[in-house]
Amino acid sequence: MEPQRTITIEPVTRIEGHAKITIHLDADGQVNDARFHVTEFRGFEKFCEGRLLWEMPGITSRICGICPASHLIASAKAGDAILAIGIPETAEKLRRLLTLAQWTQSHALSFFHLSSPDLLLGFDADPATRNVFGLMAEHKDVIRRGIRLRKFGQEIIETLGGRRIHTPWAVPGGVRESLGAGDRDRLLAWIPEAMETTTIALGILEGVHAKFAHEIPNFGSTPSLSVGLVSEDGGLEYYSGSLRMRDSNGNTIADQLDPTDYSEYLGERSTEWSYLKFPYYKPLGHDGGTYRVGPLARLSVCDYIETPLAEAERQKLRALSADWDVMGNPFYYHYARLIEILFAIEKIEMLLSDSDILGEDIRSKAMINRQQGVGVCEAPRGPLFHHYHVDEDGVIQQVNMLIATAQNNQAMNATVRQLASHYVHGGSITEGALNRIEAGIRCYDPCLSCSTHAIGKMPLQVQLIDSAGRVLGERSR
Amino acid sequence: MPILTFAMNGHQVSGHDDETLLQIARQHGIHIPTLCHLDGLSDIGACRLCLVEIEGQDKLVAACVTKPQEGMSVHTDTERLQRYRRTIVELLASEGNHQCAVCVVNEHCQLQDLAYAVELQYVRFPYLYPKRTLDATHKDFVMDRNRCVLCSRCIRVCHEVEGAHTWDTAGRSFHCTIMADMDQPWGTAASCTSCGKCVWVCPTGALFEKGQTVAEMEKHRDFLKYIVTARRTGEWIAEEEEGE
Repeated sequence: MEPQRTITIEPVTRIEGHAKITIHLDADGQVNDARFHVTEFRGFEKFCEGRLLWEMPGITSRICGICPASHLIASAKAGDAILAIGIPETAEKLRRLLTLAQWTQSHALSFFHLSSPDLLLGFDADPATRNVFGLMAEHKDVIRRGIRLRKFGQEIIETLGGRRIHTPWAVPGGVRESLGAGDRDRLLAWIPEAMETTTIALGILEGVHAKFAHEIPNFGSTPSLSVGLVSEDGGLEYYSGSLRMRDSNGNTIADQLDPTDYSEYLGERSTEWSYLKFPYYKPLGHDGGTYRVGPLARLSVCDYIETPLAEAERQKLRALSADWDVMGNPFYYHYARLIEILFAIEKIEMLLSDSDILGEDIRSKAMINRQQGVGVCEAPRGPLFHHYHVDEDGVIQQVNMLIATAQNNQAMNATVRQLASHYVHGGSITEGALNRIEAGIRCYDPCLSCSTHAIGKMPLQVQLIDSAGRVLGERSR
Repeated sequence: MPILTFAMNGHQVSGHDDETLLQIARQHGIHIPTLCHLDGLSDIGACRLCLVEIEGQDKLVAACVTKPQEGMSVHTDTERLQRYRRTIVELLASEGNHQCAVCVVNEHCQLQDLAYAVELQYVRFPYLYPKRTLDATHKDFVMDRNRCVLCSRCIRVCHEVEGAHTWDTAGRSFHCTIMADMDQPWGTAASCTSCGKCVWVCPTGALFEKGQTVAEMEKHRDFLKYIVTARRTGEWIAEEEEGE
């Protein structure tokens, strides 16, 4: 009998951060277990201790170059809570605008730059050309449009914050700069093009769904909870609201959860094999409490979307299957992401057309009034929690950040396990299997830089390890 | 007051015998970089950035505390001086915890300006990452010793201009820090009048206003000239040094 073996995919490519996948085989060469390991460590929570509350948005936005605006907002909101003040209405609308711009640019990056090579060129295409450059050769117009769509989001962030990445614009109490009428008009003029690009992308994805119809059911569709912010009446929410949880059959199991009490119902488990912690819903325990977050989860927990075009697409997504399994299949994250881009563009237009958006009353000031505060927003990949404890002078004593990608950790591992079981047989791994496992991870658009609070990009490496821990073979690119 | 004539970078210059080489250089439009010097405060030659060469002697001297002599020949910008100045900035960078990207005075910092001026692109010395304290006990201001370069401007402005002498130094060498009163939390220092002068004269983000966020604080130091002139002449005007 052959010894047990492990296949390692390291590093995983076209995601944000460093990770590897190991596939553990039993003595018969069948998949016994598969794990998604995050191999980087950053320590933001530790080195923020001793800094001042007011610096935190500027420091924590450095966690990530993809979604710095989300960290900025969550951090500023934690600051609002500690100052114990309400921020001016214009400031909230401007922060909402920034959050949606962040969604747009990040989702466009995920769809056009990172995932469309798999979707348009196919999982079995040559890895040398299965990337954004290979795509440029065959689908030049689509990619150009995608790059422009991402730029639209970046442009809003730059207009508001003075720079595209790591703006320190949102602060405890509000925001630092207001929006001018000229800039508002310039951004509004960009809306039709952004809308057209998203519509084209939705058309392309429809074709992708048809093309991969036989593969999609095996794309890591394991039961899990879905968690996301919803508005008071159950609409899709991204800046405020309360958390709702639904199970894999669409039953609401918890509603109106105050996100600032997250630590009461969300636990975090550590393992010795990954720097990424494993959050779970406490009442259901480690395994039963596995939950997903991000675009598909948000569309699973909300009852409606307030903007018409996005709502029509949401209904189409729900109608793809009579039961709830579509909402648990990570392949549909791509669709959900495009629906959210559509929502973001519609909502950005609404916000920009609101005369309040040009207001000059944008910042409330106060000193330390509470010694702890939680700030929550929906980052592109899911709910983002920043929780700070300060002393009476505003010096940070303790930081806890619960990152969207971390909350998908258990679900990503389940997806990897399912894909590995389906595609890996006989103790060897084919290029196509490798690609599908990676693509399964990519559905979640994980951002490991954020989730381990690391930077860098991911090449791909696979190791085959026997039961004694010896590396039998290795592949990388 | 005798007037002396001597050479600076090969040009004949003249100045009073009680003026410093730095003052005379500025009167003649010759730039010498400084960090611990601030018009209106006494000079102590702490930062060594204004080092100049005098022909006939190996030892470099600080222009802010050196008086002229008849017939001397001074050089302010030789290759050797450039090397020394760059090294000083590198040592300052490696000795403290200077994280410009998340500092309240990013883009408005005199240490950062110096780093640009000496074209500092990397630091050859290992960073020491010293464990230093941040004192936020004052109701309005913060002292972050991570960003302190020990220029002592805060000590001098507090002693010489405000007359409070809240600040002083404690410890020696790497352990030297700025302390309030009897090395106690700033917020408990009875001598502090909360005037804020130390905050404004600080060249870096070591002293700043509470509530300021990243890259938000710009320090305006012009007030000092008015106070110093008013003390001497009784008039609320700023006497500009020639060449400024």
